[in-house]
Amino acid sequence: MESFIILAPVILSFFILILPSGIRYYYSLALTVCIIGLTAIPAFNALIHPLNAPWNFVAGGSFGVITFTLDSLSAFFVLITNFAVFAGMLYSQGYLNPYRLSKSPAQLALHNFSFVWLQLSMLAVLMLRDGLAFLIAWELMAVSSFMLVLFEAEKRSTLKTAVNYLIQMHVGLVLLVIAFLLCEADTGQMNFDALQVYFSRHPNSPLFFLFFAGFAIKAGFIPFHTWLPDAHPAAPSHVSGVMSGVMIKMGIYGIVRVLTYVQSDFIIIGLALLIISSITGLLGVMMAIVQHDLKKLLAYHSIENIGIIGIGIGLGTMGLGLNNPILVSLGFAGGLLHVFNHSLFKPLLFFSAGSVYKAYHTRNIEQLGGVIHKMPQTAGLFLLGALAICGLPPLNGFISEFLIYIGLIKGLSAGNAYQSLTFLMVLISLTLIGGLAIFCFTKVFGIVFLGTNRTIPKSEISEAEKGMLIPQYLIAILIVLIGLVPIIFINPILGVINAQFHTLPGAFPVSLSPVFTQIGTLGVILILVTGTILLVRNEILKKRRVEKGPTWGCGYTASTPRQQYTGTSYTTNFGELAQPVLRQEEEFQPIQEEEIFPGMRFYAIHPTDIFRLAINRIIDICMLVLKKIARLQTGNIQHYILYAFVFILIIFVLLYLKVL
Amino acid sequence: MGLLLAIITALFFPGVILRMKSIASGRKGPGILQPWKNIWVLLRKSSVISTTTSYIFRLAPSFYLSTILCAGLLLPFPGMSPVFSFEGDFVLFAYLLALGKFLFIVGALDTGSSFEGMGANREALYSMLAEPAFFILFGTLALLTGHTSMAEIFDSFRFAGNHTFIIGFISVYLLIQIAMIENSRMPVDDPKTHLELTMVHEVMILDHSGFDLALIHIGTALKFGLYGGLIANFLLPVNWTFPAHVTFYFFIQILFALLIGFMESFRARKKLAKNPQFIVTLSSIALIAFILVLLITFKMIG
Repeated sequence: MESFIILAPVILSFFILILPSGIRYYYSLALTVCIIGLTAIPAFNALIHPLNAPWNFVAGGSFGVITFTLDSLSAFFVLITNFAVFAGMLYSQGYLNPYRLSKSPAQLALHNFSFVWLQLSMLAVLMLRDGLAFLIAWELMAVSSFMLVLFEAEKRSTLKTAVNYLIQMHVGLVLLVIAFLLCEADTGQMNFDALQVYFSRHPNSPLFFLFFAGFAIKAGFIPFHTWLPDAHPAAPSHVSGVMSGVMIKMGIYGIVRVLTYVQSDFIIIGLALLIISSITGLLGVMMAIVQHDLKKLLAYHSIENIGIIGIGIGLGTMGLGLNNPILVSLGFAGGLLHVFNHSLFKPLLFFSAGSVYKAYHTRNIEQLGGVIHKMPQTAGLFLLGALAICGLPPLNGFISEFLIYIGLIKGLSAGNAYQSLTFLMVLISLTLIGGLAIFCFTKVFGIVFLGTNRTIPKSEISEAEKGMLIPQYLIAILIVLIGLVPIIFINPILGVINAQFHTLPGAFPVSLSPVFTQIGTLGVILILVTGTILLVRNEILKKRRVEKGPTWGCGYTASTPRQQYTGTSYTTNFGELAQPVLRQEEEFQPIQEEEIFPGMRFYAIHPTDIFRLAINRIIDICMLVLKKIARLQTGNIQHYILYAFVFILIIFVLLYLKVL
Repeated sequence: MGLLLAIITALFFPGVILRMKSIASGRKGPGILQPWKNIWVLLRKSSVISTTTSYIFRLAPSFYLSTILCAGLLLPFPGMSPVFSFEGDFVLFAYLLALGKFLFIVGALDTGSSFEGMGANREALYSMLAEPAFFILFGTLALLTGHTSMAEIFDSFRFAGNHTFIIGFISVYLLIQIAMIENSRMPVDDPKTHLELTMVHEVMILDHSGFDLALIHIGTALKFGLYGGLIANFLLPVNWTFPAHVTFYFFIQILFALLIGFMESFRARKKLAKNPQFIVTLSSIALIAFILVLLITFKMIG
């Protein structure tokens, strides 16, 4: 019976491939909802009773046994994964509409199929504790998302990006395999629980950092991020939303999961996490600012948010090392809540950006403008997401960043002077990240949605269809809810942390809940005060004469939309400040001296990722070495036999010299 | 209470600055309440709204004012508990002001004018650069006093002993400079400049008119009141009686306004390209204060 429940979704998912296109989407949706029901109900139970023994689900038969385990940590991630996937599934219907003409039914079927499999594999990753099963699920997740990125495979750049993504995921996989094998070599078992034994016998940091590197490639920590800014824009928007919202969080889940078994070296691990995360956050947002591609910009913001989450986790780890339960609670709660928050506002931003792309057929910020007049609801939703991602009150992003902020400020007096200084540096990074995010999103929202159109769109633009707006409104409601009544979301997370890291249960929430009640109340007051002012304003303006006129142009009358401030002009002064870190390539023909009447000129500016350049350099060196080695490959059978002979000879010599 | 006093301060603050400037430049100058008379006129005027704008433009000024009002609810006053006070409330204080700024910037961009784009961009850049100084300052105070809410920080700061004098001096200096940047005053921005290309705050409100413009002016005046209130919190001795507090409070505010007027009269604004450098310097000064506190608390030695 148990095996059947596990097998049913797997078998049912294959029907997507053969069903007629009319009902295929609804079938996939129903299947997704069933899977959500199957996992969300036990997950919910596990989350509200975090101290209960984990809920086990054993499936299998003669061929072996797989155990699915749901403890509070997995449950938390299962719930947010399910919500994001559900929203993505709802959104995909409308988004894929135009593709129904250009794509074959088989391609669309494969896309739906991969989407369901992405959900299945993510849930499996969260619930499997056996090393091999976990790695298989991890691999399935990479492959299914690869298929999803590949949706527009007819574009050469998409194909290249997807392959690049697949390769990088496998580098991560290799690291994880090595880490698990190290554990198995020592303990004889290859699962997460065996790590407990391993960590009690050996120094903790080396194996942890190996796991961290493996998971960091998925999560997108700098310098492991280079796949991310390409893969997100290449994928369709609902896929980018789910990938950025929850799939990269599987890396975070892995890191936290391994951390629950770590027993020493907390200070080193914590410091390393804090430093890497601060750099990730800062560079992520700085690179986001100079992007011209709307979705690429959002992808860099995912990196930034992974940095913020990492800061929270690093802070919690420091708390473990300093035996300070307050830091543990604040750090991990901030980090985990930010995981949840990011899984809300990032899909919202990707979805609304996707609606704009669907209408205007371009993601280039410089070609858009004035979208708000055509798509007021999409613009409002994007603004809400932008405010939330900047961590502004009274929305959800503020709550998680606030938790990390007070954690850092309390940390200033928790350790020794050097740790204080580190905490201060992280605090500075976090404020800078906040300020830069505001800089970036005022730019995006201002340039894309406000002003007037910079180019004439190819077709008539209208508001996104209802099916695409509904999931966005669902997300928006949660965003506001977390901002106004944060405590009902923080308490379960604190429960998870108590259960996982054995902090003093209930010691902290006592002093935390009035803080968040006050923040929530102030949020309500803010809304009420604004409402009142607006009401008075509208009443008064109703009695007055309100004229419409053109924007003031300094007396200049022949202004055109092309004279508006552009994204590039908005970022120029920042780009100059950040010159050492950000490299921008200019592409133009300088005017020659003999040109008396210069002709038309072309000028382009491309932001480049310095880490990409660094990685390319490594790849170039590898290619050079490999090309030299390739000379050995002569295609001559005699040579190959010679190689084998030489190899055996070397082995003999080594054996004789007792080296082997 | 803090908010109430800030509102009263806002009533005379811009007027005092103007009067000081006019006296310093040898003119008679307008009355203290002239800026508010102007606002009153604006409130009764009809308005012209650009055809390029959307609902963001109409919402932004109201949001701007209300965020400043709400931030005021967090402002402490010695011997009294503010309406809202909790651990880390200064983070909310800063972020509420940032929310107002975000919407204000976006509102300016809504006009599609290049001038306003320039102003918006500069405002975003400068406030981003100024933010760390504020946070380092409060982090320093939190480390020194062991508290994290503004009311508790100020209460225990006044008792913390003689060495607080130097920290207090640095803090007040920093807060004055941050207030100048946040309110787009002299070394960074000149409110009296007549050239759009070099404006920051003024260019952002070019297209606002009537009621909305009045809301923005009220908000700006209030912001001065808020920062003045913060500065006063450093200087008010805790064991005085309430009337003495209030009197001294207003004395400080007038002094602050006179100081701004005086400084602006004898100081030229910086080149726009030099502004970031100047603002980042504030963070380094705050950093020095932090290391000083680390030394004071004997943590460097231990």
